[in-house]
Amino acid sequence: MSNTAKSLLRNWIVVQAPEQAAWINRSLDALAQGAPDRDLYIFLGYAPRKLGKADLELSGKDLADANMAQSGWSPKGWSIDGAARVLALLTATSNRPFSDRFKDLRRTSDVSEMIALYRGLPLYPSPETMEFEVGEGLRSNIRAVFEAIAHDNPFPRDNFDEHRWNHMVLKALFVGSNLAPILGLRDRANPELARILVDYAQERWAAGRPVTDELWISVRPFKDDPAIADQLTQAISKGQLNKEVLL
Amino acid sequence: MMFIDPHAHMISRTTDDYEAMAAAGVVALIEPAFWVGQPRTYVGTYVDYLSSIVGWERFRASQFGIRHYCTVGLNSKEANNEELAEGVMEWLPRFALKEGVVAIGEIGYDEQTPLEDKYFRLQLSLAKELNLPVMVHTPHRDKKRGTSKSMDVCEEMGMDPSMVIIDHNNEETVAETLQRGYWAGFSIYPSTKMGNERMVELLKQYGGERIIVDSACDWGISDCLGVAKTAHLALQSGIPEETVRKVCYQNALEAYGQSGQMNEQDWLNPAPIDQRTLYEGNSILRGGREPKIEAPGERRAGQMLIE
Repeated sequence: MSNTAKSLLRNWIVVQAPEQAAWINRSLDALAQGAPDRDLYIFLGYAPRKLGKADLELSGKDLADANMAQSGWSPKGWSIDGAARVLALLTATSNRPFSDRFKDLRRTSDVSEMIALYRGLPLYPSPETMEFEVGEGLRSNIRAVFEAIAHDNPFPRDNFDEHRWNHMVLKALFVGSNLAPILGLRDRANPELARILVDYAQERWAAGRPVTDELWISVRPFKDDPAIADQLTQAISKGQLNKEVLL
Repeated sequence: MMFIDPHAHMISRTTDDYEAMAAAGVVALIEPAFWVGQPRTYVGTYVDYLSSIVGWERFRASQFGIRHYCTVGLNSKEANNEELAEGVMEWLPRFALKEGVVAIGEIGYDEQTPLEDKYFRLQLSLAKELNLPVMVHTPHRDKKRGTSKSMDVCEEMGMDPSMVIIDHNNEETVAETLQRGYWAGFSIYPSTKMGNERMVELLKQYGGERIIVDSACDWGISDCLGVAKTAHLALQSGIPEETVRKVCYQNALEAYGQSGQMNEQDWLNPAPIDQRTLYEGNSILRGGREPKIEAPGERRAGQMLIE
């Protein structure tokens, strides 16, 4: 966990909602000193009531500071209440493991809360203990929850094993989400993913459905792999695939 | 005309219903926590149910351009299972402050047992503590006395009647409900509750002050277009448009808006974060399209091709 990230969040929130500065500071100080869980629940409930739900107003410098504090972290598109919720979770002290506390909050969360909780992933301690929780989020049918993990978030790139990574990319396609905001799409490309994506493209062509060009980013580095090369050649010859997208 | 259905158990309904409601002009609805048709036997199932109505169902509604709110509470039937009831009461405060929770409800009496009474009172205290409105389910059996008793207990517990919606009223209960200063809900639900012709007669008699029309559609034979159909029938019967707007939109907004969680801007001009996460380009701003009453699934039934 990064103290700098916490102070950045606190600063952005207080600058944007100065009238709530006293409440923010008082609540967070109490949470830091071991206030009971109930106080955390109440803070999380009051966050949108007190702060509203506007997007964080962030300058280019703020975004650069964020990336400096935690490599790859981008708070772009975070809402002020979501930022406060993540900050509260990072600030509260407890004897329970972080992933248990996260689970406790996730189980009862409303939509915006769940999005905020998952957006905070790059800032949480012990990322290796979050595997189950991240899996639950990826399996969510609420697209914005899935995207809170998949998009503009370095956590998958830095922590997912190959199987989980591949299935995240595949699910993004299935739910009609964009691939471009997935961080690490090129770095984490692998032959197995390329094979799955080509199969997926063939299913789509067979059903007469369009195939997004974004898919080829993860296929390109392996286009000459014998496992898929013939399929690609055939698709090009049938006119299903434009060979330019593989270059 | 825009409608709000302030009592609809969408967890029991299909996507055809959502489509039909949206086409009929429903812009927002409230899903009260209720008895799902069979008893829950674990606290955990109840907790997951509450999670569903503050999370998943809210998202599902948004895909049809309908803004979803809910109420949380322990219903009267399940209050009779003391072990379950105690467990649910421990969890309720965690849900009462979730986004979009506009009341504690639906709570009240079913068989009017001592346990129902105990948990009704405890939940009224919670609502008072959190300054939330209350949706009261009035009993099907021994209705008139049960309704009076529900209001007696609200007053004993120090509730302001303007924060309480007494639901499932009928010709026998409405006068007292209004006279005592409560909001009077009417559920347009075939056979067991209120029909819309009767509702129109009541509007002629009582006007539109503090009267709220809902569908209470659920897992039984019920009509998700109860509000829209009542509005149309009322207009055809010469009820002033202003009255119809009050009972099918404005009063629900005012009553449940007291929670601070329901605002017309939520659907007329949603916050950017909500536009990105809850509406996915399926904009509520359907601007200008004429609301149309068609049976759920009607469009689909006429279309033989599934693509």
